[in-house]
Amino acid sequence: MPKLIKNGRVIDDAAQFLALDEGQGPEALSLPDGPLFVPLAVWQAHRGALSGRAGLGVWLDSNENVDELEGDLDSIGAIALNFPKFTDGRAYSAAALLRSRYGFKGEIRAIGDVLRDQFFFMQRCGFDAIQPKAGKYSDAQLEEALASLKDFSTPYQAAIDQPEPLFRRAQRAA
Amino acid sequence: MYRYDPYDQKIVDERVAQFRDQTRRYLAGELTDDEFRPLRLQNGLYVQRHAPMLRVAVPYGLLSSTQVRKLAHIARTYDKGYAHITTRQNVQFNWPELKIVPEILAELAGVEMHAIQTSGACIRNITSDPFAGVAGDEYLDPRPWCEVLRQWSTFHPEFAFLPRKFKIAVNGAHQDRAVIQCHDIGLELKRDAAGEIGFRVLVGGGMGRTPIIGEEINAFVPWQHIITYNEAILRVYNRHGRRDNLYKARIKILVKALGVAEFKRQVEEEWAFGKDGANTLTEAEVARVAAHFTTPAYETLPGEDAGYASQRAANTAFAAWARRNVLAHKVPGYAIVVLSLKNPATAPGDITAEQLDLVAEWADIYSFGEVRATHEQNLVLADVKQADLFALWEKARAAGLATPTFGLLTDIICCPGGDFCALANAKSIPIANAIQARFDDLDYLYDIGDLELNISGCMNSCGHHHVGHIGILGVDKNGEEWYQVSLGGAQGNHTSIGKVIGRSFAAAEMPDVISKIIDVYRAQRLDGERFIDTVRRTGLDPFKLGVYGEAAIIERKQHA
Repeated sequence: MPKLIKNGRVIDDAAQFLALDEGQGPEALSLPDGPLFVPLAVWQAHRGALSGRAGLGVWLDSNENVDELEGDLDSIGAIALNFPKFTDGRAYSAAALLRSRYGFKGEIRAIGDVLRDQFFFMQRCGFDAIQPKAGKYSDAQLEEALASLKDFSTPYQAAIDQPEPLFRRAQRAA
Repeated sequence: MYRYDPYDQKIVDERVAQFRDQTRRYLAGELTDDEFRPLRLQNGLYVQRHAPMLRVAVPYGLLSSTQVRKLAHIARTYDKGYAHITTRQNVQFNWPELKIVPEILAELAGVEMHAIQTSGACIRNITSDPFAGVAGDEYLDPRPWCEVLRQWSTFHPEFAFLPRKFKIAVNGAHQDRAVIQCHDIGLELKRDAAGEIGFRVLVGGGMGRTPIIGEEINAFVPWQHIITYNEAILRVYNRHGRRDNLYKARIKILVKALGVAEFKRQVEEEWAFGKDGANTLTEAEVARVAAHFTTPAYETLPGEDAGYASQRAANTAFAAWARRNVLAHKVPGYAIVVLSLKNPATAPGDITAEQLDLVAEWADIYSFGEVRATHEQNLVLADVKQADLFALWEKARAAGLATPTFGLLTDIICCPGGDFCALANAKSIPIANAIQARFDDLDYLYDIGDLELNISGCMNSCGHHHVGHIGILGVDKNGEEWYQVSLGGAQGNHTSIGKVIGRSFAAAEMPDVISKIIDVYRAQRLDGERFIDTVRRTGLDPFKLGVYGEAAIIERKQHA
């Protein structure tokens, strides 16, 4: 079963990801059972039918805009943000916006080209679930990679995981 | 200057541990080249022609003598005995072994230094006025603000993978000495009419392939909001900057595409959410940081030291150096000294380990133990008593650090170019040295007067050629190195982008080309007119005529 880092631990995860083939529209809807992430376009085309379905998440690619989910967030349990390449940093802003501006309390999952050396930044921006590609890390490597969540113990700036900057958190002597 | 507290030290120590592990995993084959590249770049580590190159951060150009000694030690121990001052006030080592870099970083951490974000698509080392705190035309000292912004930008989790690199500069004086108009964000620290402190914010400036002068996005952002305002700019850029084309990925392209008014609208819409939030600066934090930049224990001295005047009268070489490399200080009896790294025998900006040790010693004796690096690739001792200038000059001259050409034609800004850099299209150091050799007569140089000549070995413009009064750009034509010349660029308050004068030249032609340009200037100039002002007044035509001759001009017009 695929592995997932959730709240700092490695767990098994059964969620499937629905992807549209090139040229395929979101109209046809044949959904497998069980926990599922659907693309933004499918969610938007079938909002009524999908709302409230247990275990349903929506996934967005890096060029898609989280602002479009603003009115839907109460009906969505989880949002996955895709890193097509780990150097595409748009999902960091998307996650931070979901948490801060839109107050999203559900799971935010990093998917795609997700590498351990970015775990720390992901966590700081509000990702509580991190899913490297299947086969990217062995089980042992993934356990070892948890250490990267703790690369820095006391960051300077405010972010989602630590909403106060260091200068408000600590008495720093001049 | 700013000294680390336990929080600062811990972040730097943890970075060393992180990079040590990343390097170990790379060498063990657990990280691919593509995966390791951004990690090493965000630690200033390039893979160059001969070896990796390590770029060490010198935040806003400020160094303690202890740090300078450590740089000398690193040059001697891990490199080939020298270092290079960059056009972002940083220090580069050209020959470290990749596997030894974690050791170098640990050495640096021991003196409160690092290589964090000196490259990569992130917020880079923040640059500033090398005369901060000592210049007479200063409104406000930019250094505390640079430090506040350094801490905010260090490992900012949202902005570690921007579309492209991001450079911020801060200036707080009447004269812009930090090239703020050519930065992704340029900040002018000032007071408003009510006496409140804040920043005029410019955005979308830059050099590179598409040189653009930054535009004002906000005339005055009060100091409390400078972090949240920067975050709003960065967020709009991170979300909407182009990622499909490396050459169109800088914020300047986004600002141009949207227009500055629409870009500002988006930023201020974003800012409305962050403004007054947790990142709003507090008086206590600014006071804590500012307390590190106190006025040194200056003595009360006469404005003109009598001995200094008689030494200049008695020694023409000293007088020449004093005239060019000694600048007015805001405190009576003190001076700002530029230690030139433009000795024609070496690459511009290069300094040996022995020279670094000497500079540290002079800093301790004469200048409160501090040194500054300039984007023009010189070093500065900012607080020297006039009475000590002669003694300092004798030592600097003996060490090859008293070339009396600050601000002159041969005080060339020059990137490492094709001799070192894997990106370069052409060599730049030999061109600089050939021009310096041609113009080796000091009296002639003084007659030419203030002139900035900048050389870049490729379009990335590390040598700031776009804003050189004379700019030279190395270009590749069918595998050969050629050089394109532009005129009329300038940094400072009247920043302008130079215009190319015509077809490019072979390396061997370059000293002649510069001679012809200077001949035109000397023939055309009005009494006391600087080179740049002549170019602006006459336009390029007399210079094209002088360089290419009548026939070339006629031919060009016929083909136009």
